[in-house]
Amino acid sequence: MSPFRETKAGMTNIVKTIAKFVVPPVIIFGIYMILHGHLTPGGGFPGGVIVACTFILLVLAFGKEVAFQKLKISTASVIESAGALVFLSVALIGMAVGGWFFFNFLPVGFPLKIISAGSIPFSNIGIGLKVMGGVFAVFLTLIMFRLTTKR
Amino acid sequence: MWQIYALAFLMIAGSLVAVHTKYLLSAVISLAVVGLGLCVVFLYLQAPDCAITQIVVEVIALIILIRATGVERDLLEIKGRREVFALVTVILFIIVFAVFAFSALTHLPEFGYPVMRVAEEYVVKGLRETGAANLVTAVLLDFRAYDTLGEATVLFTAILGSIIVLREIGRKKK
Repeated sequence: MSPFRETKAGMTNIVKTIAKFVVPPVIIFGIYMILHGHLTPGGGFPGGVIVACTFILLVLAFGKEVAFQKLKISTASVIESAGALVFLSVALIGMAVGGWFFFNFLPVGFPLKIISAGSIPFSNIGIGLKVMGGVFAVFLTLIMFRLTTKR
Repeated sequence: MWQIYALAFLMIAGSLVAVHTKYLLSAVISLAVVGLGLCVVFLYLQAPDCAITQIVVEVIALIILIRATGVERDLLEIKGRREVFALVTVILFIIVFAVFAFSALTHLPEFGYPVMRVAEEYVVKGLRETGAANLVTAVLLDFRAYDTLGEATVLFTAILGSIIVLREIGRKKK
């Protein structure tokens, strides 16, 4: 059973209900922005921040103790490190294939298609994961710092 | 070329000392050796703007870190005469900076004359070479991807630092 249900912690029922309706479309919008970074305005950085903001909204609406059961800081840092590794591996594969850092090793493809622009979508996904995990991890550390110092 | 290797060796030695020394002030000073060595490396690699940025950031970080280590014994001795000396130094440096800045300003191109001389290359070649319809992404992740990697590294290091400083495990109990 999901922890985001029937709890007294956090804000009022209105905020919780609205958050339940708002969070899924906003997460989808953020993922869309990451995946379409080479076609439309946006990209890895803003898309990652949008997805991280939905997690922050969940923590704010449902309270820290409830949200920490699902959203853990170790998961956030794992996501961030995975994003950094994806971005770096794109650079290193480019160096192995083409001879220099960030060589665009995939075919360019037809513009304005989702599968185009070579390795740029992979870099965008890496940056998106990195920013998503990073912003959320900073938020969680700041919250935990306040929690532990208040006692 | 050997100068760069010598400086790199010096920087590695400085960072090792910074990690392994027992005193905070020594660690900060050996960290400053790393930063200033990087500044001189930038000069050897013919990137003076990077060197200027590096030395400004390095000096500010050094001042903040030295204050953060809690060394305060020099502050008590500052009297009136020192402040006069500081004022004279500041005015002297402002004059020197203004002279050099004005002589540099005469070499600048006219206002708005070469419209997009560097960016023209990106605009012309962007779509054909990268295939990305969003030109900003094409510049960020293909032409200048190394910069983006640097920014991502800065973000990663900042988050790592905040997690380490604010972590719960390892803090002393009161």
